[in-house]
Amino acid sequence: MISVAGVTKRFGSFTAISDLTFEVGSGEIVGLLGPNGAGKSTTMRILAGVFPPSSGIARVAGFDVVAEPLRARASVGYFPERVAAYLDMTVRSYLDYVGRMKSVRRAALAGQTDAALQACGLGPVAGRIIGSLSKGFRQRVGIAQALTGEPKVLILDEPTAGLDPEQVAEIRDLIRGLKRDRTVVLSTHILTEVESTCDRVIILHRGRIVAVDTPDNLNRKIQRAGRVVLEVNAPVAAARTRLQTLPGVVSATAQAHAVDGAAVFTILVERDRDVREQIAMAVTESGWGLRELRTVAFSLEEIFLALVQEDTANDLGKAGNEDLDHLSA
Amino acid sequence: MKTWTICRRELQATFGSVVAYILLAVFLLLSGYFFYSDLVFILLMADFTPIAGLWQWVFLDLRLVTLLILPLVTMRLFAEEKKLGTMELLWTYPVRDGEIVAGKFLAAVAFFLFMLLPTSIPIGILYWYQPFHLEPLLVAYLGLVLLGVAFIACGLFVSSTTENQVVSAMVTYGVLVFFWFLTWNEEAANQAALRVLLGLSLFDRFFNFTRGVIDTSDVVFFTLFISFFLFLTWQSLASRKWRGVP
Repeated sequence: MISVAGVTKRFGSFTAISDLTFEVGSGEIVGLLGPNGAGKSTTMRILAGVFPPSSGIARVAGFDVVAEPLRARASVGYFPERVAAYLDMTVRSYLDYVGRMKSVRRAALAGQTDAALQACGLGPVAGRIIGSLSKGFRQRVGIAQALTGEPKVLILDEPTAGLDPEQVAEIRDLIRGLKRDRTVVLSTHILTEVESTCDRVIILHRGRIVAVDTPDNLNRKIQRAGRVVLEVNAPVAAARTRLQTLPGVVSATAQAHAVDGAAVFTILVERDRDVREQIAMAVTESGWGLRELRTVAFSLEEIFLALVQEDTANDLGKAGNEDLDHLSA
Repeated sequence: MKTWTICRRELQATFGSVVAYILLAVFLLLSGYFFYSDLVFILLMADFTPIAGLWQWVFLDLRLVTLLILPLVTMRLFAEEKKLGTMELLWTYPVRDGEIVAGKFLAAVAFFLFMLLPTSIPIGILYWYQPFHLEPLLVAYLGLVLLGVAFIACGLFVSSTTENQVVSAMVTYGVLVFFWFLTWNEEAANQAALRVLLGLSLFDRFFNFTRGVIDTSDVVFFTLFISFFLFLTWQSLASRKWRGVP
């Protein structure tokens, strides 16, 4: 239903996304996950037809977004990160307008609007001016707007951002309720949201795909992760080699900034294993000076990204570390 | 079809807001006052045939009121959508950029024509008392419509470059007044430069129409001016492709 091949988007000298390739099957719900600035919104805007990619091919429902932009857009419903609607219109007249813009036939217009109103629980406020609605309701108007015209593909950019927990649950139920006949791509930076809603997850980082997996596999990886920070007065390469041979250690990444010639390592360890004593012993046996050794608690997202570094190139790993610092700050 | 949908929503938004009625009221008040004072001036002070000279005075004044009002009509066309974020949604609907530009442009033109309608009332009353030749009047109206539509095209473009409505109106005033003042400093310009400047001055072009003269080159100039700014607007929308969406 969605096919993205080698898609890159540059704005001037800034590369927002770089060489993305993925497929989304019919009826699938896929989550785009990643920190702010990872390229989620850019990817979704390309799929929704806001702007074309700089290079590569993106197809939605079989239509190339560059060669047949109007047909591609006609099969997409889009919910932007910044919820937007004409504040001076009533909910019903706004959805009617959206229907007309999406080429809904005149005879089908009223039925379409009613269906969208009902699907999003907007029936009671159909006659209200959008500007007078609460944030939760406006969010639903945005989703109703995306549903209007019965598009085969829904692109939802952070559909639950800024809502209270009860509203978040409602929106998730709504999205899950769509599942049978719609292909959905939604973005979030909240991992639990992906777990509860999506069939598959695409992890974006710095404009690249770093992993594509099911939420279950993702969970399993997280289950066995823990992290220790070690500052040691030792040659970086030798220390890394020694650390990685320790049982229970998944990976050891040297941070870019050394303190007074000492190396700072971020060590990923298997969950439920405290390897601090083994690390301390290994360091002293090698004759190095141990300066600091502590476990660090992480959010799920951070652990996942840290795990991802394991599989990716070294430079990306370092870049990831900077981002983790940014996230935890 | 989509052009019509956009145009209709635009007109609904315009007439659903109190701003439209204030603009209409101010326009009518000023244009009515100018018509009255010009008529009195012609009748009491001037010693030439009243009607032939009247249109020049009236329409040169209407020009000023139009200049005052139209940037306030066009300022919200794109700026408001950008501010609200609805512009991004428009780009995901199966609609061409050209249809978006055309829809908004036509809505503003329709509002302008609607605004001009009541100015015919005092003229009609005058005609009832003192019939006159209609041709020079119609030519003057044609000139005013061309001038106003040129203002709208310029305002539409400026509005597409900002999400701040005040900035949109002020910059439009700046551009239009610049096109007006181009020929004011005749002493400073040499003859060759002055000819070019005169050719570009919106208001000098308009002057011929108020005298009842249709010069093809004037009509062509206004058409080119309008097309140029509509093209710029279209390009301005397309610039998201390399600049992104804020």
